[in-house]
Amino acid sequence: MRVIESGVGELIQPPDLDGFREWNRQKSRALVDKLMTEQEAVSRFVYDGCYLGTELYGTVRCPMSLVHEIIRQGKKDLRLAGQGVTELDMLLAAGLVKTLDITYIGLEVYGTSRGLRKAVESGQVEKVVEWSNGGITWRFKAASMGVPFIPVRAMLGTDTFKYSAAKVVECPFTGIKVCLIPALILDVGLIHVHRADRYGNAQIEGISGFAFEMSRACKRLIISAEEIVDTEEIRRYPDRTIIPYYLVDAVVHAPFGSHPGEMVYLYERDEEQLREWYECSQTDEGIQAYLNKYVYSVPDHNAYLDVVGRERLAALKAAAEGR
Amino acid sequence: MMSELPYNPTELLICIAARQMPDGVTAFIGTGIPMLAASLAQRMHAPNLVPVFEFGGTGAQLKKLPRAVGESRTFYRGVCASGICDIMETAARGFVDYGFLGGAQIDPYGNLNSTVIGPQHHPPKVRLPGSGGANDVGSFCWKTIIIMRQDTRRFVPRVDFVTTAGYLSGPGAREEAGLPPGTGPYRVVTNLALLGFDEETKWMKLLATNPGVTVDDVIANTGFELIIPAEVGQNEPPSAEELRLLREEIDPERFYI
Repeated sequence: MRVIESGVGELIQPPDLDGFREWNRQKSRALVDKLMTEQEAVSRFVYDGCYLGTELYGTVRCPMSLVHEIIRQGKKDLRLAGQGVTELDMLLAAGLVKTLDITYIGLEVYGTSRGLRKAVESGQVEKVVEWSNGGITWRFKAASMGVPFIPVRAMLGTDTFKYSAAKVVECPFTGIKVCLIPALILDVGLIHVHRADRYGNAQIEGISGFAFEMSRACKRLIISAEEIVDTEEIRRYPDRTIIPYYLVDAVVHAPFGSHPGEMVYLYERDEEQLREWYECSQTDEGIQAYLNKYVYSVPDHNAYLDVVGRERLAALKAAAEGR
Repeated sequence: MMSELPYNPTELLICIAARQMPDGVTAFIGTGIPMLAASLAQRMHAPNLVPVFEFGGTGAQLKKLPRAVGESRTFYRGVCASGICDIMETAARGFVDYGFLGGAQIDPYGNLNSTVIGPQHHPPKVRLPGSGGANDVGSFCWKTIIIMRQDTRRFVPRVDFVTTAGYLSGPGAREEAGLPPGTGPYRVVTNLALLGFDEETKWMKLLATNPGVTVDDVIANTGFELIIPAEVGQNEPPSAEELRLLREEIDPERFYI
């Protein structure tokens, strides 16, 4: 297959497929209790320089309790692969990111992310590799298929391609040009779900974003869940399980784990606090003040929820959209 | 000029964008004005418009305005709640008719920049959010409609970075790059005018001006030479019913308008 054009972006972690198979071979198939706190999950599985990914987008189903804990523990030099937004914006603002596989980081209705601008324009983020949303998701899909790349017909002809690590080749079957999207195997993935059992079987309501693909493209996977359910509940509705337990390394019980983001059918997003973050994130002092108030000065997620206020949380719950 | 009118520029943009959405088609909807336009179109003339949201929502009834492309309102009373691969692959197979896009810069061939301002990619002068789903939408949808404010900083001879493919360097360039044939930018809806692309040259062309806007205003706010046809249409102002729906039903909290 002839390579016609190569993106100049760096392939931040070339996929080692056989290594991934060996890794998965040694992962336990036993039903073991993986329930632990954010503190334990992050200190055991997230490390300086690790290649980290989060799932879903904007203010929706964000693994915020885990991200708060990463900031609290000061895990740094992170290599991030994102969609995600609220949580990535916060990691950027906290100055913990070294390289970025980027698709979109912005605050939708609120506008651009100052955290992204400052970290990237100053060169603090050393490498930025461009992808489309489809592109980065297909990278996870390739990893989940156990293959080194997937041919797609997006990104062609653009600078998004040029500054990616993709390649354009002539298809050996049809002769058309296709863009090869390289597999992406994460060191650590964070996914917030509606419910899970203590072994890690996880279920999501509503759209599933790219949870299916990303959960299968991680060496370590930390699940945070609004609710911990009995395995019997999972066994009654196995058709709802998106992530089976053997993919999972840690299960964290995190009610309101997406706050100030939202959780479909459970609670509405917290507009007031999102605005507070947006305004604080415009200055270095503001970021410090926000992080002091909601992260550094509180020991854990439960204490964070106390700071936010239980009444306010109840109101967000009451405001959730029905079906 | 606009402040004396009984509607604001955003309301006008939404109304003109909504009128571009026919009934019974699938349309890829992004954050902001496209959401309001789709919701207005569903209530006005296109009850069978099928909104498609990139993170998995298909066929939502847009009773309440989504504020994020992944939120529950993007599949409220929809027909399917799947995931991003399904949606992008559906577009790749040719099932999505229209796509709505914005950007910081646009050039005469409809190429869009939402990645960086300035000549250098990294570190850039100004970092913008990035492609998101825009590149996929611009690659796969049959007809792309771009919604932007129009001035000479945004309508430029060359975009600093081609985030999303328009007609690239001109006729045949999309196909040469490997993009699916028959796709590309269709309309540009701005605060000043409705624009299209010349069939032969793929160069941007003025189609109609907005109320109170002259052809010269449009020319003065475009950083490249536009094709000005002998006959230029006039867009109707928002109707009383369009404004009522927008203000009372679609965005009563004035989130956007």
